[in-house]
Amino acid sequence: MSVETVPTRATQPRPPRKRRSGARQIGARTRAQRREAIALVVPALLPILVFSIIPLVSGVALGFTDATLRRNAEISFNGLDNYAELAGDHRFWGSFGIGIVWAGSVALLTLVSAMGLALLLNSNLRFKTLTRVLALIPWAMPPVVIAIVWRMIYNPNSGPLNGILGWLGLPGVNWLGDFSTALPAVIVVGVWAGIPQTTVLLLAGMQSISAEQHEAAAVDGAGAVRRFWHVTLPALRPVIIAVTALDFIWQFNSFGLIYVLTEGGPGGRTMIPPLFTYLEAFRNREIGYASAMGNVLVIAILLILSLYLINQFRQNKAVRA
Amino acid sequence: MNARRPWYGTGLMYVALAAYLIFLGFPLLWLLSASFKSTRELNSLAVNLIPQNWDFSNYTAALERQNLITAAGNSIMVALVTMVITVLLSMPMAYALARLKGRLRAAGTVWILVSQVFPTILIIIPLFLVLRSLQLNDTLFGLILVYVTFTMPFTLWMLQGYVAAIPPELEEAAEMDGAGRFTILRTVILPLLAPGLVATAMFTFVSAWNEFFLALVLLQSPELYTLPIALRSFLGAEGQTQLGPLAAGAILATIPSLIIFGILQKKLTGGMLAGAVKG
Repeated sequence: MSVETVPTRATQPRPPRKRRSGARQIGARTRAQRREAIALVVPALLPILVFSIIPLVSGVALGFTDATLRRNAEISFNGLDNYAELAGDHRFWGSFGIGIVWAGSVALLTLVSAMGLALLLNSNLRFKTLTRVLALIPWAMPPVVIAIVWRMIYNPNSGPLNGILGWLGLPGVNWLGDFSTALPAVIVVGVWAGIPQTTVLLLAGMQSISAEQHEAAAVDGAGAVRRFWHVTLPALRPVIIAVTALDFIWQFNSFGLIYVLTEGGPGGRTMIPPLFTYLEAFRNREIGYASAMGNVLVIAILLILSLYLINQFRQNKAVRA
Repeated sequence: MNARRPWYGTGLMYVALAAYLIFLGFPLLWLLSASFKSTRELNSLAVNLIPQNWDFSNYTAALERQNLITAAGNSIMVALVTMVITVLLSMPMAYALARLKGRLRAAGTVWILVSQVFPTILIIIPLFLVLRSLQLNDTLFGLILVYVTFTMPFTLWMLQGYVAAIPPELEEAAEMDGAGRFTILRTVILPLLAPGLVATAMFTFVSAWNEFFLALVLLQSPELYTLPIALRSFLGAEGQTQLGPLAAGAILATIPSLIIFGILQKKLTGGMLAGAVKG
């Protein structure tokens, strides 16, 4: 009788204690169900609302104000003033460019290195279980510890990298302090930290490719390289695109690693946008202007996401056609 | 198909695998070795993975630093409480997401996805203001509430997968017997969900334990610092002379995460995360 109103529990008879007359029963049941659903959801929804959705909305709104962190300061909307100022802010756009280089390089290099590792782990080598465990190490380390270790490795006066260079008779390099090497050096750390997760995802994708496909290709005389290009890679395409898009966005938003490694230095060479925005908000205390920067970053990320979604959509269409 | 691989091919693969392992494993080994080195050896350019003379004083020096102990205590407290609250709040919501159809589920999924790609930097500014107006800024409880909120997308998504794997027939049978929704949740779902809950709880613990950025912004008083913040302040203030204790502290901070990752290793490589990206 109440099949339409409560489809999820349509087949179950009601407990006898709630038996009432027809119309009232439907109402009571729907209400009881709604109450149940609310009781299940509200405890989780409350913190989400207060600490995620409200800040998100007010963060977007703050980007259109002249707010500062000073207490009791008057906040007023200033329309697009922040964006007009931002458009001419060379330091911000410089930082934006560094962010793109950083996130793009880390995402692509991580993909390539993780692909190699996943292929090795997916083959019939020995010590596979051991290597799988060891390969997860960077994932388990706290970002701050990762940054501390790599600062030690890159240390010009006591790091093993310069130690090896010295041993080879080459002059030492101030890896994190030199204008030309700082960004590549932090990119290497980003790749190092990103390999495990990407490898796991690629490996999962590879294991869902059927063995028959490989065998069929092998029977046709395809070598390992050709099998990779013509069987593995096409089958992994959706995973690769998703992982790389996500990696790019995560790296573009990342903060801790570079903050501890270089704090944006030397001379702003590793000043990725979240760091730049952080300094603007909490050192210069200009939170309105910083939120405007945040809004620009959101738009950039939405653009990247929409490219990804369009790609995904086209592909689905192609599959169906 | 692998029979056709020439012997040198296999050899090259082992070489490549070894190169990967050295690249991925070396930093942790170096940190471990640095934590046992004397200050003199730490400040030299000699590349010794095995310390010339083992020096355990770095660990005692690290543990004697009062702020590091306090920070470790703060971190344990924050990670444990975050874990408990997150699991308690996520379980019913995950159940609702998995079982109830319609707009709630769609909205939940969209929110989970959005929160994965949204820049924290935009949220942190108003979040700071919200906490300040609730008088929760610069408190561990405020930080815990923020951690709960920020790990929930992941825990909800993980848990609802586990719930969806439980056949609804079991619940229907219980319902036939007249059990209410919450009795079912407690007596049918909870026991079956236990492995999923444990894995989720461990993940929550690690992410709260490792977290840096939110703690950096939200905590100002040094006595409230969590371990990552304390380690980082260690680094800024004293530079090279304290490398040994810093390395020891960093190792101590890594151990809990390493242990939990070791336990969860099967789940990680078993493709628990694979569902996320299968297009």
